[in-house]
Amino acid sequence: MTTRADEQPATTAAAPRRGRAAGMSHLLRDVAAIAGVGLLLALVWQAIVWVGGYQPFFLPGPLVVLQRWQTAIVAGTLTPHLLTTLTEILLGLAVGISSALVIGFLLARSVSAERLLSPWIVAAQATPILALAPLIVIWFGSGLLSKVLICALICFFPMTVATTVGLRSVDPRLLEMGRSVRATRRQLLTTIELPAALPQVMGGLKVSVTLAVVGAIVAEWVGGERGLGVLINLARGSLFDTPLLFATLLTIALVGVVLYLVVVLLERRLLGARASG
Amino acid sequence: MGTTLDDITITGLSHAFSVAGAPLPVLEGIDLVMPAGRVSAVVGPSGSGKSTLLRIVAGLLPADEGRVAIGGRRVVGPDPRVGLVFQEPRLLPWRDALDNVAYPLELAGVGREERRDRAAAFLELVGLTGFGSALPGQLSGGMAQRVGLARALVQEPRVLLLDEPFGALDALTRDHLDAEILRLWDRLGATIVIVTHSIPEAVFLADRVVVLSARPGRVVADIPVELPRPRSWATLDEAASTRSARAIRDALERRGGPLPGPSDARLPVTGSAA
Ligand SMILES: Nc1ncnc2c1ncn2[C@@H]1O[C@H](COP(=O)(O)OP(=O)(O)OP(=O)(O)O)[C@@H](O)[C@H]1O
Ligand SMILES: [Mg+2]
Repeated sequence: MTTRADEQPATTAAAPRRGRAAGMSHLLRDVAAIAGVGLLLALVWQAIVWVGGYQPFFLPGPLVVLQRWQTAIVAGTLTPHLLTTLTEILLGLAVGISSALVIGFLLARSVSAERLLSPWIVAAQATPILALAPLIVIWFGSGLLSKVLICALICFFPMTVATTVGLRSVDPRLLEMGRSVRATRRQLLTTIELPAALPQVMGGLKVSVTLAVVGAIVAEWVGGERGLGVLINLARGSLFDTPLLFATLLTIALVGVVLYLVVVLLERRLLGARASG
Repeated sequence: MGTTLDDITITGLSHAFSVAGAPLPVLEGIDLVMPAGRVSAVVGPSGSGKSTLLRIVAGLLPADEGRVAIGGRRVVGPDPRVGLVFQEPRLLPWRDALDNVAYPLELAGVGREERRDRAAAFLELVGLTGFGSALPGQLSGGMAQRVGLARALVQEPRVLLLDEPFGALDALTRDHLDAEILRLWDRLGATIVIVTHSIPEAVFLADRVVVLSARPGRVVADIPVELPRPRSWATLDEAASTRSARAIRDALERRGGPLPGPSDARLPVTGSAA
Protein backbone atom coordinates (compact mmCIF):
# COMPACT_ATOMS: atom_id res chain seq x y z
CA MET A 1 0.00 0.00 0.00
CA THR A 2 2.78 2.42 0.88
CA THR A 3 4.69 1.74 -2.31
CA ARG A 4 1.77 3.10 -4.22
CA ALA A 5 1.98 6.39 -2.38
CA ASP A 6 5.73 6.50 -3.00
CA GLU A 7 5.49 6.02 -6.71
CA GLN A 8 4.94 9.67 -7.38
CA PRO A 9 6.59 11.69 -4.64
CA ALA A 10 7.10 14.62 -6.98
CA THR A 11 3.41 14.88 -7.77
CA THR A 12 2.27 14.64 -4.18
CA ALA A 13 4.67 17.32 -3.03
CA ALA A 14 4.37 19.79 -5.85
CA ALA A 15 0.60 19.55 -6.21
CA PRO A 16 -1.00 17.97 -3.15
CA ARG A 17 -4.47 18.31 -4.59
CA ARG A 18 -3.62 16.47 -7.77
CA GLY A 19 -1.72 13.95 -5.67
CA ARG A 20 -4.79 13.24 -3.60
CA ALA A 21 -6.92 12.88 -6.73
CA ALA A 22 -4.38 10.40 -8.09
CA GLY A 23 -4.64 8.54 -4.76
CA MET A 24 -8.40 8.31 -5.15
CA SER A 25 -8.19 6.93 -8.67
CA HIS A 26 -5.63 4.45 -7.42
CA LEU A 27 -8.15 3.44 -4.80
CA LEU A 28 -10.89 3.01 -7.41
CA ARG A 29 -8.57 0.83 -9.43
CA ASP A 30 -7.80 -1.18 -6.32
CA VAL A 31 -11.49 -1.65 -5.60
CA ALA A 32 -12.13 -2.72 -9.19
CA ALA A 33 -9.29 -5.22 -9.05
CA ILE A 34 -10.52 -6.61 -5.74
CA ALA A 35 -14.04 -6.95 -7.12
CA GLY A 36 -12.66 -8.78 -10.16
CA VAL A 37 -10.81 -11.27 -8.00
CA GLY A 38 -13.95 -11.70 -5.90
CA LEU A 39 -15.96 -12.52 -8.99
CA LEU A 40 -13.39 -15.07 -10.04
CA LEU A 41 -13.46 -16.73 -6.62
CA ALA A 42 -17.26 -16.81 -6.73
CA LEU A 43 -17.13 -18.58 -10.09
CA VAL A 44 -14.71 -21.19 -8.76
CA TRP A 45 -16.91 -21.62 -5.70
CA GLN A 46 -20.02 -22.08 -7.81
CA ALA A 47 -18.18 -24.59 -10.02
CA ILE A 48 -17.19 -26.63 -6.97
CA VAL A 49 -20.80 -26.70 -5.78
CA TRP A 50 -22.02 -27.84 -9.21
CA VAL A 51 -19.35 -30.45 -9.76
CA GLY A 52 -19.67 -31.84 -6.22
CA GLY A 53 -23.44 -31.57 -6.25
CA TYR A 54 -23.40 -30.35 -2.64
CA GLN A 55 -26.57 -29.60 -0.70
CA PRO A 56 -26.99 -25.95 0.46
CA PHE A 57 -26.83 -26.99 4.14
CA PHE A 58 -23.35 -28.45 3.47
CA LEU A 59 -21.93 -25.94 1.00
CA PRO A 60 -24.29 -23.34 -0.44
CA GLY A 61 -23.27 -21.71 -3.72
CA PRO A 62 -22.53 -17.99 -3.95
CA LEU A 63 -25.87 -17.22 -5.53
CA VAL A 64 -27.78 -18.93 -2.72
CA VAL A 65 -25.67 -17.07 -0.18
CA LEU A 66 -26.22 -13.73 -1.91
CA GLN A 67 -29.96 -14.36 -1.94
CA ARG A 68 -29.96 -15.31 1.70
CA TRP A 69 -27.88 -12.22 2.44
CA GLN A 70 -30.41 -10.05 0.70
CA THR A 71 -33.44 -11.57 2.44
CA ALA A 72 -31.67 -11.32 5.78
CA ILE A 73 -31.08 -7.62 5.20
CA VAL A 74 -34.61 -6.98 3.92
CA ALA A 75 -36.19 -8.95 6.77
CA GLY A 76 -34.11 -6.97 9.25
CA THR A 77 -32.38 -10.11 10.57
CA LEU A 78 -28.83 -8.92 9.91
CA THR A 79 -28.77 -5.20 10.66
CA PRO A 80 -29.33 -5.24 14.45
CA HIS A 81 -26.59 -7.86 14.85
CA LEU A 82 -24.27 -5.87 12.61
CA LEU A 83 -24.87 -2.67 14.56
CA THR A 84 -24.22 -4.40 17.87
CA THR A 85 -20.96 -5.87 16.64
CA LEU A 86 -19.87 -2.57 15.10
CA THR A 87 -20.54 -0.77 18.38
CA GLU A 88 -18.46 -3.33 20.27
CA ILE A 89 -15.63 -3.07 17.76
CA LEU A 90 -15.52 0.72 17.67
CA LEU A 91 -15.74 1.13 21.44
CA GLY A 92 -13.19 -1.65 21.94
CA LEU A 93 -10.84 0.01 19.47
CA ALA A 94 -11.26 3.37 21.18
CA VAL A 95 -10.45 1.92 24.60
CA GLY A 96 -7.69 -0.41 23.38
CA ILE A 97 -5.95 2.11 21.18
CA SER A 98 -6.05 5.01 23.57
CA SER A 99 -4.72 2.95 26.46
CA ALA A 100 -2.08 1.42 24.17
CA LEU A 101 -0.95 4.89 23.11
CA VAL A 102 -0.55 5.95 26.73
CA ILE A 103 1.19 2.76 27.86
CA GLY A 104 3.31 2.63 24.70
CA PHE A 105 4.41 6.19 25.36
CA LEU A 106 5.32 5.32 28.96
CA LEU A 107 7.27 2.25 27.87
CA ALA A 108 9.17 4.27 25.27
CA ARG A 109 9.99 7.00 27.77
CA SER A 110 11.05 5.02 30.77
CA VAL A 111 13.28 1.99 30.83
CA SER A 112 12.12 1.09 34.33
CA ALA A 113 8.47 1.26 33.24
CA GLU A 114 9.31 -1.11 30.43
CA ARG A 115 11.12 -3.52 32.78
CA LEU A 116 8.23 -3.43 35.20
CA LEU A 117 5.31 -3.62 32.81
CA SER A 118 6.36 -5.49 29.71
CA PRO A 119 6.42 -9.00 31.26
CA TRP A 120 2.79 -8.55 32.29
CA ILE A 121 1.76 -7.15 28.96
CA VAL A 122 3.44 -10.03 27.16
CA ALA A 123 1.87 -12.54 29.54
CA ALA A 124 -1.57 -11.06 28.93
CA GLN A 125 -0.97 -11.28 25.21
CA ALA A 126 0.37 -14.85 25.34
CA THR A 127 -2.74 -16.08 27.16
CA PRO A 128 -5.20 -17.03 24.42
CA ILE A 129 -8.09 -14.62 24.22
CA LEU A 130 -10.40 -17.61 23.89
CA ALA A 131 -9.35 -18.69 27.37
CA LEU A 132 -9.58 -15.22 28.86
CA ALA A 133 -12.93 -14.34 27.35
CA PRO A 134 -15.06 -16.60 29.61
CA LEU A 135 -13.38 -15.11 32.68
CA ILE A 136 -14.04 -11.60 31.49
CA VAL A 137 -17.69 -12.50 30.92
CA ILE A 138 -17.91 -13.99 34.41
CA TRP A 139 -16.44 -10.81 35.90
CA PHE A 140 -18.11 -8.16 33.79
CA GLY A 141 -21.32 -9.85 32.67
CA SER A 142 -22.42 -10.74 29.18
CA GLY A 143 -23.32 -7.18 28.21
CA LEU A 144 -21.52 -4.58 26.13
CA LEU A 145 -18.79 -3.98 28.71
CA SER A 146 -17.20 -7.42 28.50
CA LYS A 147 -17.24 -7.30 24.68
CA VAL A 148 -15.57 -3.92 24.63
CA LEU A 149 -12.95 -5.17 27.09
CA ILE A 150 -12.20 -8.25 25.01
CA CYS A 151 -11.88 -6.15 21.83
CA ALA A 152 -9.68 -3.67 23.65
CA LEU A 153 -7.51 -6.41 25.08
CA ILE A 154 -6.89 -8.09 21.74
CA CYS A 155 -5.73 -4.91 20.01
CA PHE A 156 -3.87 -3.52 22.99
CA PHE A 157 -0.65 -5.46 22.46
CA PRO A 158 0.09 -4.80 18.79
CA MET A 159 -0.82 -1.16 19.27
CA THR A 160 1.41 -0.80 22.34
CA VAL A 161 4.36 -2.40 20.59
CA ALA A 162 3.84 -0.21 17.52
CA THR A 163 3.72 2.94 19.64
CA THR A 164 6.81 2.04 21.66
CA VAL A 165 8.83 1.01 18.64
CA GLY A 166 7.68 4.08 16.73
CA LEU A 167 8.65 6.50 19.47
CA ARG A 168 11.96 4.73 20.02
CA SER A 169 12.79 4.91 16.33
CA VAL A 170 13.07 8.69 16.39
CA ASP A 171 16.47 9.85 15.17
CA PRO A 172 18.20 11.37 18.24
CA ARG A 173 19.94 13.81 15.93
CA LEU A 174 16.57 15.27 14.98
CA LEU A 175 15.77 15.67 18.65
CA GLU A 176 19.06 17.46 19.18
CA MET A 177 18.21 19.74 16.26
CA GLY A 178 14.87 20.46 17.94
CA ARG A 179 16.60 21.29 21.20
CA SER A 180 19.02 23.59 19.38
CA VAL A 181 16.10 25.69 18.16
CA ARG A 182 14.66 25.74 21.67
CA ALA A 183 11.79 23.30 21.37
CA THR A 184 10.17 22.54 24.72
CA ARG A 185 9.72 18.89 25.74
CA ARG A 186 6.14 19.10 24.67
CA GLN A 187 7.07 20.60 21.31
CA LEU A 188 9.66 17.88 20.78
CA LEU A 189 6.89 15.35 21.31
CA THR A 190 4.33 16.97 19.02
CA THR A 191 6.61 18.18 16.24
CA ILE A 192 9.24 15.43 16.09
CA GLU A 193 8.48 12.29 18.08
CA LEU A 194 4.84 11.78 17.18
CA PRO A 195 5.23 12.49 13.44
CA ALA A 196 8.28 10.21 13.36
CA ALA A 197 6.33 7.43 15.11
CA LEU A 198 3.31 7.78 12.85
CA PRO A 199 4.20 5.13 10.23
CA GLN A 200 4.63 2.47 12.91
CA VAL A 201 1.51 3.61 14.73
CA MET A 202 -0.49 3.33 11.53
CA GLY A 203 0.88 -0.18 11.03
CA GLY A 204 -0.25 -1.09 14.53
CA LEU A 205 -3.64 0.36 13.78
CA LYS A 206 -4.03 -1.85 10.71
CA VAL A 207 -3.35 -4.95 12.77
CA SER A 208 -5.60 -3.68 15.56
CA VAL A 209 -8.73 -3.08 13.51
CA THR A 210 -8.67 -6.58 12.07
CA LEU A 211 -8.00 -8.12 15.47
CA ALA A 212 -10.83 -6.09 16.99
CA VAL A 213 -13.26 -7.83 14.62
CA VAL A 214 -11.99 -11.20 15.80
CA GLY A 215 -12.27 -10.03 19.40
CA ALA A 216 -15.90 -9.00 19.00
CA ILE A 217 -16.92 -12.32 17.44
CA VAL A 218 -15.07 -14.34 20.08
CA ALA A 219 -16.69 -12.27 22.82
CA GLU A 220 -20.14 -12.83 21.38
CA TRP A 221 -19.58 -16.55 21.11
CA VAL A 222 -18.73 -16.75 24.76
CA GLY A 223 -21.94 -15.06 25.77
CA GLY A 224 -24.31 -12.56 24.30
CA GLU A 225 -27.78 -11.95 22.99
CA ARG A 226 -26.99 -10.04 19.88
CA GLY A 227 -24.17 -9.60 17.38
CA LEU A 228 -22.78 -11.27 14.29
CA GLY A 229 -21.04 -13.88 16.44
CA VAL A 230 -24.37 -14.75 18.03
CA LEU A 231 -25.97 -14.92 14.60
CA ILE A 232 -23.34 -17.45 13.50
CA ASN A 233 -24.22 -19.60 16.48
CA LEU A 234 -27.90 -19.27 15.74
CA ALA A 235 -27.54 -20.07 12.05
CA ARG A 236 -25.39 -23.09 12.75
CA GLY A 237 -27.19 -24.46 15.79
CA SER A 238 -30.87 -23.82 16.17
CA LEU A 239 -31.70 -22.56 12.67
CA PHE A 240 -29.53 -24.99 10.76
CA ASP A 241 -29.30 -22.29 8.10
CA THR A 242 -25.91 -22.66 6.42
CA PRO A 243 -26.56 -19.96 3.77
CA LEU A 244 -27.24 -17.49 6.60
CA LEU A 245 -24.01 -18.65 8.27
CA PHE A 246 -22.14 -17.83 5.08
CA ALA A 247 -23.90 -14.50 4.71
CA THR A 248 -22.89 -13.64 8.27
CA LEU A 249 -19.29 -14.66 7.64
CA LEU A 250 -19.19 -12.47 4.57
CA THR A 251 -20.60 -9.58 6.58
CA ILE A 252 -17.89 -10.02 9.19
CA ALA A 253 -15.19 -10.14 6.54
CA LEU A 254 -16.64 -7.03 4.95
CA VAL A 255 -16.56 -5.20 8.26
CA GLY A 256 -12.87 -6.06 8.59
CA VAL A 257 -12.09 -4.94 5.07
CA VAL A 258 -13.95 -1.65 5.45
CA LEU A 259 -12.23 -0.85 8.74
CA TYR A 260 -8.89 -1.67 7.19
CA LEU A 261 -9.61 0.58 4.22
CA VAL A 262 -10.55 3.42 6.54
CA VAL A 263 -7.13 3.07 8.17
CA VAL A 264 -5.43 2.96 4.78
CA LEU A 265 -7.20 6.16 3.75
CA LEU A 266 -6.28 7.79 7.04
CA GLU A 267 -2.70 6.68 6.55
CA ARG A 268 -2.57 8.13 3.06
CA ARG A 269 -3.96 11.37 4.35
CA LEU A 270 -1.46 11.60 7.17
CA LEU A 271 1.60 10.16 5.46
CA GLY A 272 0.78 10.69 1.80
CA ALA A 273 3.10 13.61 1.32
CA ARG A 274 5.97 11.96 3.15
CA ALA A 275 8.85 10.83 1.01
CA SER A 276 10.08 7.30 1.51
CA GLY A 277 13.12 6.58 3.67
CA MET B 1 29.05 44.85 11.77
CA GLY B 2 29.62 43.03 15.00
CA THR B 3 30.12 44.70 18.33
CA THR B 4 31.64 43.25 21.46
CA LEU B 5 28.08 42.34 22.37
CA ASP B 6 28.27 39.13 20.39
CA ASP B 7 31.72 37.80 21.17
CA ILE B 8 32.10 34.28 22.51
CA THR B 9 34.31 33.87 25.55
CA ILE B 10 35.37 30.39 26.55
CA THR B 11 37.30 30.12 29.80
CA GLY B 12 38.86 27.06 31.41
CA LEU B 13 36.62 24.70 29.51
CA SER B 14 37.08 20.97 30.09
CA HIS B 15 34.80 18.11 29.33
CA ALA B 16 34.91 14.34 29.65
CA PHE B 17 32.39 11.75 28.55
CA SER B 18 31.99 8.61 30.49
CA VAL B 19 32.44 5.63 28.23
CA ALA B 20 31.81 2.18 29.72
CA GLY B 21 32.19 3.61 33.20
CA ALA B 22 35.57 5.21 32.53
CA PRO B 23 35.98 8.92 31.94
CA LEU B 24 37.03 9.87 28.41
CA PRO B 25 38.55 13.37 28.50
CA VAL B 26 37.60 15.14 25.30
CA LEU B 27 38.37 18.81 25.88
CA GLU B 28 40.96 20.18 28.27
CA GLY B 29 41.60 23.72 29.43
CA ILE B 30 40.19 25.55 26.45
CA ASP B 31 40.52 29.34 26.63
CA LEU B 32 39.32 31.16 23.57
CA VAL B 33 37.71 34.38 22.50
CA MET B 34 35.79 34.40 19.25
CA PRO B 35 35.64 38.12 18.40
CA ALA B 36 32.27 39.56 17.54
CA GLY B 37 31.50 39.83 13.86
CA ARG B 38 34.54 37.76 12.86
CA VAL B 39 34.91 34.33 11.38
CA SER B 40 36.83 31.82 13.49
CA ALA B 41 37.63 28.38 12.18
CA VAL B 42 38.39 25.36 14.36
CA VAL B 43 40.44 22.51 12.92
CA GLY B 44 41.73 19.41 14.60
CA PRO B 45 42.05 15.67 14.15
CA SER B 46 38.98 13.52 14.20
CA GLY B 47 37.82 12.94 17.74
CA SER B 48 39.56 16.00 19.13
CA GLY B 49 36.29 17.33 20.50
CA LYS B 50 35.38 19.94 17.88
CA SER B 51 31.72 18.94 17.72
CA THR B 52 31.63 18.67 21.49
CA LEU B 53 33.00 22.21 21.73
CA LEU B 54 30.28 23.52 19.41
CA ARG B 55 27.56 21.64 21.29
CA ILE B 56 28.76 23.21 24.53
CA VAL B 57 28.84 26.69 22.99
CA ALA B 58 25.35 26.10 21.57
CA GLY B 59 24.09 25.22 25.04
CA LEU B 60 23.20 21.66 24.08
CA LEU B 61 25.67 20.11 26.47
CA PRO B 62 26.68 21.45 29.90
CA ALA B 63 30.46 21.45 30.27
CA ASP B 64 32.10 19.68 33.19
CA GLU B 65 34.29 22.66 33.93
CA GLY B 66 34.71 26.22 32.79
CA ARG B 67 32.28 28.64 31.27
CA VAL B 68 31.04 29.92 27.96
CA ALA B 69 29.61 33.39 27.62
CA ILE B 70 28.15 35.18 24.64
CA GLY B 71 28.31 38.93 24.92
CA GLY B 72 29.19 38.50 28.59
CA ARG B 73 26.09 36.45 29.32
CA ARG B 74 26.71 32.91 30.38
CA VAL B 75 25.33 30.18 28.13
CA VAL B 76 23.18 27.81 30.18
CA GLY B 77 21.02 26.29 27.45
CA PRO B 78 20.07 26.67 23.80
CA ASP B 79 20.23 30.39 23.22
CA PRO B 80 18.13 32.43 20.81
CA ARG B 81 21.21 34.39 19.84
CA VAL B 82 22.83 31.25 18.45
CA GLY B 83 22.14 29.46 15.17
CA LEU B 84 23.63 26.01 14.68
CA VAL B 85 24.24 24.13 11.44
CA PHE B 86 25.02 20.45 11.81
CA GLN B 87 27.21 18.22 9.72
CA GLU B 88 24.06 16.61 8.29
CA PRO B 89 21.03 18.67 7.25
CA ARG B 90 18.82 17.20 10.02
CA LEU B 91 15.64 18.24 8.26
CA LEU B 92 12.25 16.93 9.35
CA PRO B 93 11.50 14.55 6.47
CA TRP B 94 7.73 15.06 6.63
CA ARG B 95 7.94 18.84 6.25
CA ASP B 96 8.68 20.64 3.03
CA ALA B 97 11.67 22.94 2.76
CA LEU B 98 9.71 26.06 3.66
CA ASP B 99 8.19 24.52 6.78
CA ASN B 100 11.60 23.19 7.80
CA VAL B 101 13.03 26.70 7.61
CA ALA B 102 9.99 28.08 9.43
CA TYR B 103 10.28 25.44 12.17
CA PRO B 104 12.16 27.57 14.75
CA LEU B 105 9.67 30.40 14.20
CA GLU B 106 6.78 28.00 14.67
CA LEU B 107 8.27 26.86 17.97
CA ALA B 108 8.62 30.48 19.03
CA GLY B 109 4.93 31.06 18.36
CA VAL B 110 5.28 33.27 15.27
CA GLY B 111 2.02 33.35 13.28
CA ARG B 112 1.66 31.22 10.17
CA GLU B 113 1.68 34.00 7.59
CA GLU B 114 4.60 35.85 9.08
CA ARG B 115 6.75 32.78 9.55
CA ARG B 116 6.13 31.60 6.00
CA ASP B 117 7.11 35.02 4.67
CA ARG B 118 10.25 35.11 6.73
CA ALA B 119 11.17 31.54 5.86
CA ALA B 120 10.66 32.27 2.17
CA ALA B 121 13.00 35.24 2.44
CA PHE B 122 15.73 33.05 3.94
CA LEU B 123 15.19 30.31 1.38
CA GLU B 124 15.79 32.97 -1.23
CA LEU B 125 18.89 34.12 0.62
CA VAL B 126 20.42 30.64 0.35
CA GLY B 127 19.43 30.44 -3.31
CA LEU B 128 16.49 28.05 -3.03
CA THR B 129 13.68 30.21 -4.34
CA GLY B 130 11.00 27.95 -5.79
CA PHE B 131 11.97 24.91 -3.73
CA GLY B 132 9.80 25.78 -0.74
CA SER B 133 7.37 22.94 -1.33
CA ALA B 134 10.03 20.29 -1.99
CA LEU B 135 10.38 17.57 0.61
CA PRO B 136 13.86 16.87 2.05
CA GLY B 137 13.94 13.53 0.21
CA GLN B 138 13.66 15.38 -3.07
CA LEU B 139 16.59 17.71 -2.41
CA SER B 140 20.23 17.09 -3.26
CA GLY B 141 22.72 16.97 -0.40
CA GLY B 142 23.87 20.53 -1.06
CA MET B 143 20.33 21.86 -1.28
CA ALA B 144 19.31 20.10 1.93
CA GLN B 145 22.33 21.56 3.70
CA ARG B 146 21.34 25.01 2.48
CA VAL B 147 17.87 24.48 3.93
CA GLY B 148 19.57 23.64 7.22
CA LEU B 149 21.54 26.85 6.90
CA ALA B 150 18.39 28.88 6.22
CA ARG B 151 16.76 27.29 9.28
CA ALA B 152 19.70 28.41 11.42
CA LEU B 153 19.55 31.91 9.96
CA VAL B 154 15.80 32.45 10.11
CA GLN B 155 15.85 33.63 13.71
CA GLU B 156 18.56 36.09 12.77
CA PRO B 157 21.12 34.81 15.26
CA ARG B 158 24.05 37.01 16.19
CA VAL B 159 26.24 33.92 16.44
CA LEU B 160 26.38 31.24 13.78
CA LEU B 161 28.00 27.90 14.60
CA LEU B 162 28.78 25.59 11.72
CA ASP B 163 29.93 22.01 12.37
CA GLU B 164 31.62 20.75 9.22
CA PRO B 165 28.56 21.98 7.38
CA PHE B 166 29.70 20.96 3.92
CA GLY B 167 32.00 18.08 4.82
CA ALA B 168 29.80 15.50 3.13
CA LEU B 169 29.53 17.42 -0.13
CA ASP B 170 31.72 17.30 -3.20
CA ALA B 171 34.54 19.85 -3.41
CA LEU B 172 32.89 22.04 -6.05
CA THR B 173 29.63 22.36 -4.12
CA ARG B 174 31.57 22.99 -0.96
CA ASP B 175 33.59 25.81 -2.53
CA HIS B 176 30.41 27.31 -3.84
CA LEU B 177 28.65 27.15 -0.48
CA ASP B 178 31.71 28.54 1.31
CA ALA B 179 31.57 31.57 -0.97
CA GLU B 180 27.87 31.87 -0.13
CA ILE B 181 28.65 31.78 3.58
CA LEU B 182 31.00 34.72 3.13
CA ARG B 183 28.39 36.60 1.15
CA LEU B 184 25.83 36.00 3.91
CA TRP B 185 28.33 36.95 6.58
CA ASP B 186 28.98 40.21 4.74
CA ARG B 187 25.29 40.93 4.87
CA LEU B 188 24.45 39.70 8.35
CA GLY B 189 27.65 40.49 10.17
CA ALA B 190 27.27 37.62 12.59
CA THR B 191 29.98 36.06 14.72
CA ILE B 192 30.81 32.81 12.95
CA VAL B 193 32.56 29.72 14.24
CA ILE B 194 33.12 27.00 11.68
CA VAL B 195 34.51 23.56 12.42
CA THR B 196 36.16 21.96 9.43
CA HIS B 197 38.53 19.23 8.34
CA SER B 198 39.60 21.22 5.35
CA ILE B 199 42.54 23.55 5.74
CA PRO B 200 41.81 25.43 2.48
CA GLU B 201 38.24 25.96 3.63
CA ALA B 202 39.43 27.28 6.98
CA VAL B 203 41.85 29.67 5.30
CA PHE B 204 39.30 30.85 2.78
CA LEU B 205 36.61 31.60 5.36
CA ALA B 206 38.31 32.61 8.56
CA ASP B 207 40.01 35.57 10.12
CA ARG B 208 41.84 33.17 12.39
CA VAL B 209 42.15 29.44 12.70
CA VAL B 210 42.20 27.64 16.03
CA VAL B 211 44.04 24.32 15.94
CA LEU B 212 43.10 21.63 18.43
CA SER B 213 45.30 18.73 19.44
CA ALA B 214 44.26 15.12 19.25
CA ARG B 215 42.00 13.97 22.08
CA PRO B 216 41.85 15.40 24.63
CA GLY B 217 41.52 18.56 22.59
CA ARG B 218 43.58 21.54 23.67
CA VAL B 219 44.29 24.71 21.74
CA VAL B 220 47.75 24.22 20.20
CA ALA B 221 47.80 27.16 17.83
CA ASP B 222 45.79 30.23 16.99
CA ILE B 223 46.75 31.35 13.51
CA PRO B 224 45.60 34.64 12.02
CA VAL B 225 44.66 34.64 8.35
CA GLU B 226 45.63 37.92 6.77
CA LEU B 227 43.77 37.79 3.50
CA PRO B 228 41.92 40.82 2.22
CA ARG B 229 38.14 40.79 2.09
CA PRO B 230 35.89 40.37 0.28
CA ARG B 231 37.36 37.02 -0.70
CA SER B 232 36.51 34.78 -3.59
CA TRP B 233 38.13 31.63 -4.89
CA ALA B 234 39.05 33.42 -8.10
CA THR B 235 40.88 36.33 -6.50
CA LEU B 236 42.36 34.42 -3.58
CA ASP B 237 45.95 35.45 -2.90
CA GLU B 238 47.65 32.12 -3.49
CA ALA B 239 50.91 32.96 -1.74
CA ALA B 240 49.30 34.35 1.40
CA SER B 241 46.77 31.56 1.67
CA THR B 242 49.46 28.95 1.17
CA ARG B 243 51.47 30.52 3.97
CA SER B 244 48.51 30.35 6.34
CA ALA B 245 47.71 26.81 5.25
CA ARG B 246 51.28 25.75 5.90
CA ALA B 247 51.25 27.30 9.38
CA ILE B 248 48.04 25.38 10.20
CA ARG B 249 49.43 22.16 8.81
CA ASP B 250 52.64 22.56 10.78
CA ALA B 251 50.71 23.13 13.98
CA LEU B 252 48.58 20.07 13.32
CA GLU B 253 51.54 17.88 12.52
CA ARG B 254 53.57 19.00 15.47
CA ARG B 255 50.83 18.74 18.05
CA GLY B 256 47.62 17.61 16.51
CA GLY B 257 48.31 14.33 14.82
CA PRO B 258 47.94 13.30 11.21
CA LEU B 259 45.56 15.00 8.81
CA PRO B 260 44.99 14.14 5.17
CA GLY B 261 47.60 15.39 2.69
CA PRO B 262 47.26 18.74 0.91
CA SER B 263 45.45 17.36 -2.10
CA ASP B 264 43.20 15.04 -0.09
CA ALA B 265 42.00 17.84 2.11
CA ARG B 266 39.71 19.13 -0.58
CA LEU B 267 38.44 15.81 -1.84
CA PRO B 268 34.94 14.72 -0.94
CA VAL B 269 34.65 12.15 1.78
CA THR B 270 34.12 8.99 -0.22
CA GLY B 271 30.67 7.53 -0.01
CA SER B 272 29.33 10.03 2.45
CA ALA B 273 27.83 12.37 -0.13
CA ALA B 274 24.16 11.43 -0.16
N1 LIG C 1 27.66 11.59 23.71
C1 LIG C 1 28.87 11.03 23.78
N2 LIG C 1 29.10 10.03 24.64
C2 LIG C 1 30.32 9.47 24.73
N3 LIG C 1 31.36 9.84 23.99
C3 LIG C 1 31.21 10.82 23.11
C4 LIG C 1 29.95 11.47 22.96
N4 LIG C 1 30.07 12.42 22.00
C5 LIG C 1 31.34 12.37 21.59
N5 LIG C 1 32.04 11.42 22.25
C6 LIG C 1 33.45 11.11 22.08
O1 LIG C 1 34.16 12.31 22.28
C7 LIG C 1 35.23 12.39 21.36
C8 LIG C 1 35.15 13.70 20.61
O2 LIG C 1 33.98 13.69 19.81
P1 LIG C 1 33.64 14.88 18.84
O3 LIG C 1 32.44 14.47 18.08
O4 LIG C 1 33.56 16.14 19.60
O5 LIG C 1 34.92 14.90 17.90
P2 LIG C 1 35.19 15.76 16.60
O6 LIG C 1 36.43 16.52 16.84
O7 LIG C 1 33.97 16.52 16.23
O8 LIG C 1 35.48 14.62 15.54
P3 LIG C 1 35.13 14.59 14.00
O9 LIG C 1 36.12 15.48 13.35
O10 LIG C 1 35.35 13.17 13.61
O11 LIG C 1 33.71 15.05 13.84
C9 LIG C 1 35.15 11.17 20.49
O12 LIG C 1 36.10 10.24 20.95
C10 LIG C 1 33.77 10.65 20.70
O13 LIG C 1 33.76 9.25 20.62
MG1 LIG D 1 32.55 16.39 14.65
